[in-house]
Amino acid sequence: MTWAGRGMYFVCRCVGGSVLIDIRNLTKVFDGAGQQVVALDNVSLTVKKGEIFGIIGLSGAGKSTLVRCINMLEQPTAGQVFVDGREITALKQRELRLARQKIGMIFQHFNLLSSRTVSENVLFPLEIAGAVDDGARQRVTDLLELVGLTDKADVFPDQLSGGQKQRVGIARALANDPKVLLSDEATSALDPQTTRSILKLLRDINSQLNLTILLITHDMQVIKEVCDRVAVIDAARIVEIGDVLRIFSGPRSPAARSLIKTVVSREIPPGLFDFSRKKQGQAAAKLIRVSFIGAAAGEPVISSMIKKFDVDANILYGNVDRIKDTPFGNLTLEIIGEPGSLTAALDYLGCRGLEVEVLPHA
Amino acid sequence: MPDFFAASGMEMFFTTFLGAHDWVPASLLLATWETIYMVAISTFLSYVVGLPLGVILVTTFKGHILENQPLHQVLGSIVNAVRSVPFIIFLILLIPLTRLLVGTYIGTVASIVPLTLAAIPFVARLVETSLKEIEWGLVEAALSMGASAWQIISKVLLPEAKPALLLGVAITAINLVGYSAMAGIVGGGGLGTLAYFYGYQRYQVVVMWSSVVVLVVLVQGMQMLGDSLAAKVVNKRR
Repeated sequence: MTWAGRGMYFVCRCVGGSVLIDIRNLTKVFDGAGQQVVALDNVSLTVKKGEIFGIIGLSGAGKSTLVRCINMLEQPTAGQVFVDGREITALKQRELRLARQKIGMIFQHFNLLSSRTVSENVLFPLEIAGAVDDGARQRVTDLLELVGLTDKADVFPDQLSGGQKQRVGIARALANDPKVLLSDEATSALDPQTTRSILKLLRDINSQLNLTILLITHDMQVIKEVCDRVAVIDAARIVEIGDVLRIFSGPRSPAARSLIKTVVSREIPPGLFDFSRKKQGQAAAKLIRVSFIGAAAGEPVISSMIKKFDVDANILYGNVDRIKDTPFGNLTLEIIGEPGSLTAALDYLGCRGLEVEVLPHA
Repeated sequence: MPDFFAASGMEMFFTTFLGAHDWVPASLLLATWETIYMVAISTFLSYVVGLPLGVILVTTFKGHILENQPLHQVLGSIVNAVRSVPFIIFLILLIPLTRLLVGTYIGTVASIVPLTLAAIPFVARLVETSLKEIEWGLVEAALSMGASAWQIISKVLLPEAKPALLLGVAITAINLVGYSAMAGIVGGGGLGTLAYFYGYQRYQVVVMWSSVVVLVVLVQGMQMLGDSLAAKVVNKRR
């Protein structure tokens, strides 16, 4: 394929497919005082229409810069960003302003105008778009109903709680009927309970309006609760990208592993480990971790393994959780038996769709 | 001298406690009016120029919505240069210009020229400081909605800074009261002229002190008005 041909192929893929945001080879270098800081290093990713895509990383990893390059609040040093087939990075000022009207954004500190009431804040983007009429006012009313703040329409933001402020932020971001909602650490300033209610609202909006959401966070809990796919960003690069379930059940990068550790415990408490070794008999033993997702979580796989292969299983640690709507769990156990039966038992678990990992016997 | 103050309480006050001449209240009242007139007009005119100048100073700064470093530097230098000239010198330097504009350099109307020109850079810096206090996140939110620079200035920066801007007007007016008294020394009219020519040069202590008292009252009143207007705006938003 020629380079020109390849270019055409990419354009077609972007316009024709279900890709909404296409980020290609994005690099951002900040010029500090005499030294350059690379915030994004050749980052590429695509966000599909209708999905909730998460970008996670520790602070300073570059995730905030990445999301701000999508609406050009930050000018990339190199690379391209396409939103719904249009190259945002190539737009002139005027066109960019029009394109931004179709990209909603919510912020960690809400950024509501204190000089305006709640409904005036929601009307604000419509004013900017020059679309203030009866239809716009009706839209404000509808949006406030959607976020559950009808009774706060004439109140000033200073009188609202953090969660209510973010609801106003969400209503405001939706005012111009955007194609995508960008969320820049939108729950990071909220307490866990409020965070859950805001995340639920985002999920509802995603399913009711089929609105694509791209959110960035440092909180793996947020990814676990709402995202379909996730990109893990570490030191300016994307180190892992994929379905949330896949990354939770089998993280490949050290960054992903350490982030997952913050919400799903996979470690065996040290005391238990000593206890298990004392009980070891003559037979061979293997320490394994089994991860199960969805339907597999409901089957008595371990008990049938014990019966079938004449092995003993000593359950050391277990954890069942939920990722978005899917049950997800992991179990650390020690299986004891003849070497032959052990191997067969492990194969059996693998065949039943479980992810099995043999841990070193410390 | 009109004597319609003869029976007023104020005249009684002066004659009883300060032993003043009967013309004091009338000229004091006239001088007070002149001062208020000068200060009001020059405050207004200095905002006509200083407010846009302050907005330009903020928005042309590095990383702001109308970033233009050369313009920012040039305007900043001019503002600093004007502000560094002592007002009394500034008054004298401006005499030719004042004459050109007003036809004379003596009197209340003539004083408005140097007062306004001296206040413009002051106002510009006050406006700049007030607008800089606005959280950048608000500007960014407006940018993310596709707002133009003008929309950000008129719908975000100025309304959000309204309480601080109102306090700035009070500070400017109070400063101009002081400046106008200085202008009075070179014949600018108002309480300054009264205090200097009658109070100081003719050594009429009563006139001097009563001018000072009126100035104090004026300044207090302006500050209180500014404070209460700003507080009103802030309270409405709470």
